[in-house]
Amino acid sequence: MKRVGPAVVLHLVLAVAAGVTLLPLLWMLSASLMPAGEATAFGHRLFPSTVTFEHYRALFTRLNLARDAANSALLAAAVTLISLVLNSMAGYAFAKFRFAGRDRIFRILLAALVIPGQVAMLPLFLMLRELGCINTYWGVIIPGMASIFGIFLIRQYALSIPDSLLDAARIDGAGEFRIYWSLVLPVCKPILVTLAIFTFMGTWNDFLWPLIVLTDSDMYTLPVALANLVGEHVQDTELMMAGSVLTVLPVVIVFMALQRYYIEGIMSGGVKE
Amino acid sequence: MSLLARLRPGLLLLVLLGCRAESVTPVVVKFWAMGREGEVVQQLVPEFERLTPGLRVRVQQIPWSAAHEKLLTAYVGNAMPDLFQVGNTWIPEFVALGAIEPLDERMAHSSIVRSDDYFPGILDTNVIDGVTYGVPWYVDTRLLFYRTDILAQAGYPQPPTTWAAWLDAMTRIKQQVGPANYAILLPFTEWQVPVILALQRGATLLRDNDQYGDFRSPEFRSSFEFYLDLLRRDLAPRGGQAQIANLYQDFTSGYFSMYISGPWNIGEFRARLPASLQDRWLTAPMPAPDGGYPGTSVAGGSSLAIFRGSQHKDLAWKMIEYLSEPPLQLQFYRLTGDLPARKSAWADGDLAHNRYAHAFWQQLQGVQSTPKIPEWERIADKISQYTEAAIRGDMDVDAALTALDSDVDGLLEKRRWMLRQAKNVGPAVPAAVRAEQSEGSAGTAGATH
Amino acid sequence: MTRPRINPAYGFLAPALAVIAVFFFVPVVASVLLSITDFDIYAVASLANLRFVGYGNYAHLLRDPLFWVALKNTAYFVFVAGPLSIAVSLTAAVLLSAKLVRFKAAFRTIFFLPVITTLVAVAVVWRYLYHLRFGLLNYGLSLVGIGPIDWLGDPAWAMPAIILLTVWKNFGFNMVIFIAGLQSIPDRLYEAASLDGASTLRQFWHVTLPMLAPTFAFVAIITLIGYFQLFAEPYVMTQGGPGQSTLSVALLMYQEGFRWWNMGYAAAVAFVLFAIILALTLVSLRLRAGAPVGTAEPQRGLAR
Repeated sequence: MKRVGPAVVLHLVLAVAAGVTLLPLLWMLSASLMPAGEATAFGHRLFPSTVTFEHYRALFTRLNLARDAANSALLAAAVTLISLVLNSMAGYAFAKFRFAGRDRIFRILLAALVIPGQVAMLPLFLMLRELGCINTYWGVIIPGMASIFGIFLIRQYALSIPDSLLDAARIDGAGEFRIYWSLVLPVCKPILVTLAIFTFMGTWNDFLWPLIVLTDSDMYTLPVALANLVGEHVQDTELMMAGSVLTVLPVVIVFMALQRYYIEGIMSGGVKE
Repeated sequence: MSLLARLRPGLLLLVLLGCRAESVTPVVVKFWAMGREGEVVQQLVPEFERLTPGLRVRVQQIPWSAAHEKLLTAYVGNAMPDLFQVGNTWIPEFVALGAIEPLDERMAHSSIVRSDDYFPGILDTNVIDGVTYGVPWYVDTRLLFYRTDILAQAGYPQPPTTWAAWLDAMTRIKQQVGPANYAILLPFTEWQVPVILALQRGATLLRDNDQYGDFRSPEFRSSFEFYLDLLRRDLAPRGGQAQIANLYQDFTSGYFSMYISGPWNIGEFRARLPASLQDRWLTAPMPAPDGGYPGTSVAGGSSLAIFRGSQHKDLAWKMIEYLSEPPLQLQFYRLTGDLPARKSAWADGDLAHNRYAHAFWQQLQGVQSTPKIPEWERIADKISQYTEAAIRGDMDVDAALTALDSDVDGLLEKRRWMLRQAKNVGPAVPAAVRAEQSEGSAGTAGATH
Repeated sequence: MTRPRINPAYGFLAPALAVIAVFFFVPVVASVLLSITDFDIYAVASLANLRFVGYGNYAHLLRDPLFWVALKNTAYFVFVAGPLSIAVSLTAAVLLSAKLVRFKAAFRTIFFLPVITTLVAVAVVWRYLYHLRFGLLNYGLSLVGIGPIDWLGDPAWAMPAIILLTVWKNFGFNMVIFIAGLQSIPDRLYEAASLDGASTLRQFWHVTLPMLAPTFAFVAIITLIGYFQLFAEPYVMTQGGPGQSTLSVALLMYQEGFRWWNMGYAAAVAFVLFAIILALTLVSLRLRAGAPVGTAEPQRGLAR
């Protein structure tokens, strides 16, 4: 009997905390389904009086958010695929090859994680302008093609690949790229999946750089389009909430489906430092 | 191996979407327009495309809050549209960048765009050093929107014509509506109202050929004090715009009874205010400090401009001519509520009998432009910054004006340097064009791309 | 005769390192160069309008009241939101790691959900939640008798509003790291402590916290680095207002660089930001290196 008390209290506290955590997101969903004007009317509605999809319709017809969603998806997919290849190659090299300055270079890369991205932004913008990449997909893809964090994650994981496995393949006469492609990558699948999720979600959610680089509204990603909407439609609460729901939904779905890998990835990065 | 093969079409697609896009037929003219005008002008495009076959106009709508940034980013990033709407206070900046095409010749040869049919104060904002860079599209100025019923109850059946009367009217309104409501809404994160009041007092804002700030002059100071007084007396909410959820709901409920705003709100008020309120609001020109009603106001509005590096200047000009025809100006007015820049369009029945527009007609006879220098946007931003600081009590008036002068002097340092170097500060001729003129060959880096 | 073999590692390294070198390191170095010029919109029009100003931008920065306001705001944010966020994360982690808890995975998912949402989207939502008259937050406060707070319009409350949003959005991330750290503490330490008669609280103090020290340090450092770069929340919600109370250093850099195109000055601001983050990181690392770590503590504390 004595043991039930603490358990109940604990679960109660957790339930309240969970409720508080979810409240903004639930209100976002609820308000997106309210008729126009209801969310800010007096009376503080929590639930729509009648459920309406008019705002979602408006987003897809008048405001063409489907195109922005497609841009987001395309860019996230492209960056994820390209960076997976580049990062895994480099991570494997740091883990399993010996070359001059290997550890020093790796330490420098780690140290560079401290540098805030904004420092590079202005010259990078000018540089991409010279390459003609402003207002193109490449302008967003290029800076994301490789990342120090990605290399780090893969290197940590690849360290655990037994050298004997690789040596055996070499003795059999396999070329280095073949070893990487057919042996290393499959073994690294868990960390690759983790990194893919990180990268996909990170690119999807990226706001500042696409805001600067993409000037044509045709190219906008969802976060940029949403910020744009705020500029014009801040009066239309329900419409903005619908836009937010649409922006958040894909990453939530990806997360719910693959959360095991994602969270394991953070944990492995965090504990081993 | 198979993975790579699967990836290849995707990669190919990415490359094709790559940096240097090929041009496609038919000819596409890119047109950037802002806010509501951007939404509406898309409706006018199909007719234009029908009249000019082989031409497509692609309109991109940009919110006003981001428009200035986006235009500059596009310029720096070599991604400018062919034709763009530009706030007329921004024109000096784009001229200094060499981003904007002079239009005098085209205007001289045009039968549609006639400079004598524009409000002089408005047209003047487009002229830098004697060269015209934009064609006014619609006009904007700021004046009083007010609740006729509340004002009448306060003893003013007619709107006030002097500052003294205005202050008296607002005080009476406040007495009537009580402490929870206000007489006037002042969005003090915007620079227009303090500047209007200053211009009415005869302040120049900048001195010595726009090289230094002049905010400690008695004229500016007195208008600044007047503005702050409105807040000290609790006639306006101290939270400014942030305290308003919905401008229209709050005007309806009497949360505030006066608002200094522009013509776009004629349409918005008509659309968003309830039917019961429609005969209880009106517009009136700005009261003057002493005599000489109406007081002056800012010459605002947007112009249409052509990017200097555009490949389709003639076609862009055709679009400008199309939008400048008085019938089109009227149609645009009907769709947006934006007031035509062409005076002849005002003679039409619709507009001539619009009782809200009448006040604007009066006001537009006397409007002034702000200093026509590239740094103006920044200076305006500083004005609103220090106005806000003074309102919040972070600084007293002296400290705020001194700091404002100091900041503005700092902002203008480059301009002073360039004037001293006798460089061409005004219409900056890009290196490419200069080279063209002198050697007849293509130039180096510049605005053209 | 054998051909000298090029280390295959170079082939694997080259693409990624090339991208990082060209599109990250080069711009960083260029940023330093930019910061000693007065590159601005006139210079964009024509490079003849460019001047070298040496440390001029830095001197101007030190004199600029706006920079100090931004620095103060950023420090306020970091040193309030940081500890608060870490405390909340740790609490959540501890609660979730208790043996009595069921549905651990569900709770963990819920607490983590804000982390993965798009910041712009949630900032928009919170903008409405924070509204003076129609926001849910003030409504909730009114139910317990607290008067309406002008969250986004009152300079005194705007930064707390952003802090609250940030803590809500991020606590899940650090929580997960703490959970991993907690899981790595061997059970026998707790068993030994409870055999010695230590209460739950004492166990927490003498077993959990010391064993968590490395994780704690890691979390503190990454939180510090991240929070100093505060940008998106003020950009979407307040634009640095009201009254410059939410202007962060990164936001100032953005405004100077991409709104006014004072790129030389903005580069100086960015570089100063980097220097501050670097200094604090080094200080944190040094502090951590000096702190006692390991199993010595718990036994010392509990030995009778």
